[in-house]
Amino acid sequence: MHLAYPAVLAVLLFCTGLYGVLARRNAILVLMSVELMLNAVNLNLVAFDVWLRDTLHAGQALTLFTITIAAAEIGIGLAIVLLVHRNRGTSHIDRLRELAETDGTDGTDRADGTATDSDGPTVAGATDNPADTRLTRGEATA
Amino acid sequence: MSATVSLAAASGTPGFLSPTGVEILFLLVGLLTLGAAITAVTTRQLVHAALWLVVALGGIAVEYLLLSAEFIAWVQVLIYVGAVVVLLLFGLMLTRAPIGRSPDADSGNRPVALAVAVTAAAVLVTVVVDAFRTTWIDLEGGAPQGTTDVTGRILFQHWVLPFEALSVLLLAALVGAIVLSRRGNGRNGTDGDAGAAGTGHGTGAADGGER
Amino acid sequence: MSTTTLAVLVPLLPFLGALAGLLLGRRAPAYVRPLAVLPTLTSAALAAAVAVRQGGEGALTGATRLTPTGNDALPVELALHLDGFAVLVAVLVAAVASCVQIYSTGYLRDDPRYPSYAALVSLFTAAMLLVVYSDDLIVLLVGWEVMGICSYFLVGHYWETAAARSASLKAFLVTKLGDVPFIIGILALASEAGTFRISTIVTRLTSPLSGFELEHPTVIALLLLAGVAGKSAQFPLHTWLPDAMAGPTPVSALIHAATMVAAGVYFVARLLPVFTSSAAALAVLAAMAAVTMVGSALAALAQDDVKRVLAYSTVGQLGYMTGALAVADRGAAVFHLISHGVFKALLFLAAGVLIHAAGTNSLAAMSRTGGLARRAPDAYWTMTVALLALAAVPPFAGFFSKEAVLAAAEHAALDPAGGAAHAVPAAVGWTVLLAGLLTAALTAAYATRLWLLAFHGRGFAEPGEDTAPGENTAPDRAGRPDRAGQPVVMNTVLWALAGPTIAVGLLYGVLPDWFDGRSLAPTLTTSVLGTGLAAAGIVVMYAAWRHSTATAARAPLGAVAAHPEAEPAVSEAEAIATHRAAYGDIAAADDPADPGRLLLGPLHRHAARGFHLDALYAAVAVRPVLAAARLVRFLDREVVDTYVRGATGTARLLGAAVRRAQTGNVQSYLGLLLAGSLVLAVAAALVAAGA
Repeated sequence: MHLAYPAVLAVLLFCTGLYGVLARRNAILVLMSVELMLNAVNLNLVAFDVWLRDTLHAGQALTLFTITIAAAEIGIGLAIVLLVHRNRGTSHIDRLRELAETDGTDGTDRADGTATDSDGPTVAGATDNPADTRLTRGEATA
Repeated sequence: MSATVSLAAASGTPGFLSPTGVEILFLLVGLLTLGAAITAVTTRQLVHAALWLVVALGGIAVEYLLLSAEFIAWVQVLIYVGAVVVLLLFGLMLTRAPIGRSPDADSGNRPVALAVAVTAAAVLVTVVVDAFRTTWIDLEGGAPQGTTDVTGRILFQHWVLPFEALSVLLLAALVGAIVLSRRGNGRNGTDGDAGAAGTGHGTGAADGGER
Repeated sequence: MSTTTLAVLVPLLPFLGALAGLLLGRRAPAYVRPLAVLPTLTSAALAAAVAVRQGGEGALTGATRLTPTGNDALPVELALHLDGFAVLVAVLVAAVASCVQIYSTGYLRDDPRYPSYAALVSLFTAAMLLVVYSDDLIVLLVGWEVMGICSYFLVGHYWETAAARSASLKAFLVTKLGDVPFIIGILALASEAGTFRISTIVTRLTSPLSGFELEHPTVIALLLLAGVAGKSAQFPLHTWLPDAMAGPTPVSALIHAATMVAAGVYFVARLLPVFTSSAAALAVLAAMAAVTMVGSALAALAQDDVKRVLAYSTVGQLGYMTGALAVADRGAAVFHLISHGVFKALLFLAAGVLIHAAGTNSLAAMSRTGGLARRAPDAYWTMTVALLALAAVPPFAGFFSKEAVLAAAEHAALDPAGGAAHAVPAAVGWTVLLAGLLTAALTAAYATRLWLLAFHGRGFAEPGEDTAPGENTAPDRAGRPDRAGQPVVMNTVLWALAGPTIAVGLLYGVLPDWFDGRSLAPTLTTSVLGTGLAAAGIVVMYAAWRHSTATAARAPLGAVAAHPEAEPAVSEAEAIATHRAAYGDIAAADDPADPGRLLLGPLHRHAARGFHLDALYAAVAVRPVLAAARLVRFLDREVVDTYVRGATGTARLLGAAVRRAQTGNVQSYLGLLLAGSLVLAVAAALVAAGA
């Protein structure tokens, strides 16, 4: 078999994952896209291992390790996403903007977040969001 | 076209125009996998995205099989399709991901993402094809490469130490996940059911605390 | 104890007193007064003992090597040189300083800054004593500069008032203006003479055997003269002295009588051979003295502030001293220095009492108050004595010393070649003599004016006649039954100084023993001429006063302190602060009843402003400097700062632009990061492919 087939497939899968990581709004979907990228790498590892006929089968061993690490990563990642969701009431990555420097008060930023939050159709409905915000504030003060 | 053939003939490997059965199968499964992956990252239904991911990961498992890496293929099916995707679905549910089409699944960053991804794909495909267009994997000949027997042998002969270290890593990840979850549970008290009700109770408790 | 040890103690005691006063001033206020008075008194006694022991014998010299200068041929030594001039001037300095310290305990009795004030006065005294005793030019310079900084602080004692602030700055800057050439002159002199020791320089210059001559005597003498003019308030650097009246009165007494201004004259007296080796320097000295004498006497006639009259009279008397030095008679100069020190200290201290009693420093206001002689009799009598001495009426001190100066000038004018080792040009003698005689008349005139206006004013009895807006001065004061209580210490000091004022002149027979041995006795011609002119001045002034008081004296004027019962210093500070507000000028008052105005005629306006020398300085020096400062400020604000502002603005704009990208959205960060790495990867691939 041509090595180009698995290699190109891996590249395309990787870029698909890349697109997902950059474009998806939901943190869990971003995690899925990360899985895709990892799998693309795994495919590459296996293909090259088979091609090189490595006596140690380093590529396959590494693939196994990667799969393990991916499992650990998805566990931790999901725990973090759940925690963020609980604290912030959202798992949308583009709302988690505390990295940005805000002008003076933090309150405007919060107000913005609440406004956009209530715009979005969520399962819990708009009534929950002010409560979430208040909860967040309570925690911030506590 | 004839140049490609002659090139392939000159390098002593079969050309692209006369694919073997494995190659055809690989291509078909690869297309399916790619399609599923693209659908997974573009669909507006979040749960569907997880399901399309199952298809993509399964497709990759089939590709592993086609590359004669049996053990890895089964591990892929077990861990990814069995565990990871289930975890992701749980995560989707716990974060009250909307069922059905959600218009805000993609962020405003989408054009940038598309540009970056397409450019990256173009560059990488160019480079990869340019580098490996004449490389041939000999799947038939020689000793078996990816059987459980072989993999177990090398894993416990040559890769024992990393393997054990990895188990420690898994343990650490486990503990970390528990710690992260416990903090949330401790705060939310007795809320067994995750979801809207839990948050509501939490809010009530917080309000009470505030008063 | 040897005489030298005693002499070392004389400057040391006030210095230690100053240090202790500065250290303990806040913590132990009870010790401040003893610490101020006792060291100075002791050093006065010691100075007297030194003078008696020295007794006009040969000079005593003692020296210790002070510090390596890097040039073994030019050591700086802590050297004492005790000759007749030094010991007598030291007695004067210490005595006057003691009087000032005692007087200040009453004058500034409630002043919160008294501790630092007293310590500075002590330091001032110590510095002057160091200058007097020192035989080393560099040590002398140290004392000289310490005096400069002390005068800055003391003149600015009432720094709350703008006048005191600017006066202290002016005193400092003007004297420093002279000190720059002065220090160059000292270094030039030392490098030519090969030593910093004054006695060595003088010996080499005067000894006929050594044959030593300075290479550039005129340059050195003129450079030194600049410093002397600054310190001794000679034309054209005298302008700081009248303004220095913004300081407390005891400080004025100290500066004028004993310390600061005397230092310049004393310095020239010590180094007289340097000056006599250049006829040009003597001529400059004589011209300076003549201009100073006449100009300051005219200016004194027009001043309204009591203390400014006295200040200009100091300038004039210093002119006499430099005149005596110009005719190479340092005995006469120092004689006049001593007698002037005594009566000028008395004049200033009495003026302090007077200002407190009157509540104003304005002669115009005093002339309308009346009864000052009754309310401050001690000040009246002692001031009368001192004014008589100033006017050189025999037999008071001023007469003898002034006649000594005039006699020396006459001697130089009529007999140029005789006597002195270095011939004094006859023209110099004539200049000094004529200017001195003219000034004698003027001095008598302004002394009379001061006395008449201050003590023989006619108060208005009825308050209704007072139409001055706001200030209700004369009637109030005249109607006040009590005399404003003057502190006893102040009056005691006045009487203590009155004795020497009368008697010091009679020492003319004894003093030559301490000095060079030239006779200081008055000669008949100059005595008759000088006394006659003084009498003429007195008579003319009296007539003018009668005339002007009869015709004018309608418009009431007033500048009065608001707290006449407060300590004297407060009254004075308030009087100084209100003078400009009341009369529109710090120096003059628009008073038609002023006899000086009548006498001077059109000159009065110019004389009141010190012949516009300040305006000239303002035009020549101050305004260009201010303009340059404005230019620099403009360049800094508008040109340099534009770059700074531009830099900050650009950075801010760039920051704002970059900040727009900092949305906090991790995905866009990651996207940009990957795009960048892609670009790098493409570039790397292209480079690797050799494209």
